[in-house]
Amino acid sequence: MGIFEAILLTIITAATPLALAALGELVVERSGVLNLGVEGMMIIGAATGFAVAVLSGSTLIGALAAIAAGMVMASVFAALALGLAANQVATGLALTILGIGLSGLIGNDFIGARRDPMAKIVVPYLSDLPVVGRVLFQQDPVVYLTVALAAGIWWFLARSRAGLTLRAVGESHVSAHALGLPVLRIRFLAVLFGGGCAGLAGAYLSLAYTPFWSPGMTAGRGWIALAIVVFASWKPLRALLGAYLFGGVTILQLHAQARGWGIPSQLMSSLPYLATIFVLVIISRARKGGTDAPAALGQPFVADR
Amino acid sequence: MRLILEKRETSPAWLSVASPVIAILLTLCAGAILFAVIGKNPVTALRVYFLDPLSDGWALQELAVKATPLILIGVGLTLCYRSNNWNIGAEGQLVMGAVFGSWVALSTHGVAHGAWVLPAMLGMGALGGALLALVPAILKARFQVNEILTSLMLVYVAELTLDYLVRGRWRDPKGFNFPQSVNFDPQATMPLLFGEGRLHVGFALAVLVALVAAFVLARTLKGFEIRLVGEAPRAARFAGFDDRRTTLFVFAVSGALAGLAGIIEVAGPIGQLQPSISPGYGFTAIIVAFLGRLNPIGALIAALFLALTFIGGENAQIALKIPLDVTRVFQGLLLFFVLGCDSFILYRLRLVSREGLA
Repeated sequence: MGIFEAILLTIITAATPLALAALGELVVERSGVLNLGVEGMMIIGAATGFAVAVLSGSTLIGALAAIAAGMVMASVFAALALGLAANQVATGLALTILGIGLSGLIGNDFIGARRDPMAKIVVPYLSDLPVVGRVLFQQDPVVYLTVALAAGIWWFLARSRAGLTLRAVGESHVSAHALGLPVLRIRFLAVLFGGGCAGLAGAYLSLAYTPFWSPGMTAGRGWIALAIVVFASWKPLRALLGAYLFGGVTILQLHAQARGWGIPSQLMSSLPYLATIFVLVIISRARKGGTDAPAALGQPFVADR
Repeated sequence: MRLILEKRETSPAWLSVASPVIAILLTLCAGAILFAVIGKNPVTALRVYFLDPLSDGWALQELAVKATPLILIGVGLTLCYRSNNWNIGAEGQLVMGAVFGSWVALSTHGVAHGAWVLPAMLGMGALGGALLALVPAILKARFQVNEILTSLMLVYVAELTLDYLVRGRWRDPKGFNFPQSVNFDPQATMPLLFGEGRLHVGFALAVLVALVAAFVLARTLKGFEIRLVGEAPRAARFAGFDDRRTTLFVFAVSGALAGLAGIIEVAGPIGQLQPSISPGYGFTAIIVAFLGRLNPIGALIAALFLALTFIGGENAQIALKIPLDVTRVFQGLLLFFVLGCDSFILYRLRLVSREGLA
């Protein structure tokens, strides 16, 4: 396997959790809800997924448990931010703080445990193609699922009636409510979906990216996923692209460290964060201050009967 | 039948005082359940957690020591959030303040200097925090970049900078290769309030800062500007207030206070620079600001309560073998309950029949 091929493989692995979390949050934000708790839901997914996988001996059951855990966290957020119309920014931060604490409790007994990383699916014949074969056709199932999810969300938002409803709620909850659309129910479902995606993204970290659990292992990826949504202008296919770009920065950093270019490792490690800031600035400049954000994003909704 | 939220005509005054108290009580109940779930006696655990740290003079001093950074940062964040500027990178500003301030301490190490060293450290600490906070502020004011994400990204950058320094050029050459700086000279450490114990001048400074901030917010034009920009941005613009200048101002002030908290921690309880200098004070201060109802005096009281969760967490870890993460769980729950209770100041829940909705 050539170095180029190896880099491509690792980029895809590094990008997958970012893409999953970003795609989930994109749907949430399209419905007009800003859930800043992605990092918290993600790390709960990582801890739960790993713990359940070790206890049950099954990666699949672990991943499903992580999705469920992400959804439970998301429903706590929904109860406050939707049910009680609490400030969404503060509620999301609370979700992250709670998630980091709970993940420590859940993962406490599993520090030091190891599992084999998720098995790859080999597509016969196609995976033998030079260069692209292994990159495109010999990945773990979550990688394929993520690409399918991006396409599915694109179709849902752009082409389906339900997607149109969701976007209407995100653009103007007042008009949507006047039309008789169940604003809070639609938003609740979107938030649940986002929680499931973030949970799976976390499980991917502890079950595929690194085959173990360590406290704080999400290392800000949930926040980078939020930045990717902005970068993507709330468009799913662009979010997928953005995740691969950020995955690339992460991997560049690892490879540069491995080669010992004499650059301090801490400087290399800060690259993904600095790149995020840089990209956010470029995006805002390109839009000249305008924004593609859903118009009702972050505003609480209380029905006037 | 279903429950709906309904906007209140008037908000009862007693509720805004009662709301944080109810939130704390609910957190204690949730905590009791949590302890029962992880197999500990809830009554014992809550006593170790919340009562023992208040039992003697030494413990009360420790409470004030832990509350000091929380007061400083919480007051700064209060000003920020009041003006609708979401600085959530205080943890990074704390670290950068510690780095800037420590530079003074380390470059005067081992040389007899006058009394200017400590004030210079505090000044540099405040500067370091303010400079880091100004990055998201300028990006927001100039390019409308989301300040939540940028201020948070800089936390990781600041922590990596500290890590680089203590493992590299600032490492104590005689420190057996441990990643830490030399111990600060007496001239570069916070004087103790009572000449003994652990309580240092920083606590008095923090209380002073809270009082000044309360005065500024309630009684001065700058305070009015901050409140108006937050509550009615359009009206603020008509009144001639520049919301971008407000953004820069509140970020600089909150960054400076977080930086001050950082250098006070390093020059006070810790006494040297290490890879990790804060158990998450910058994030906990977000809860301080909300529990204090976005009021500087409220933040002062809230900081004392949250300091209790840090000490209680350490006690429970030693006495009951409960993982330290329980502290974070408590803090997260507390913020949830605060936000939930605050909703009832603006709204009331009503049970209505489906026909009534038509």
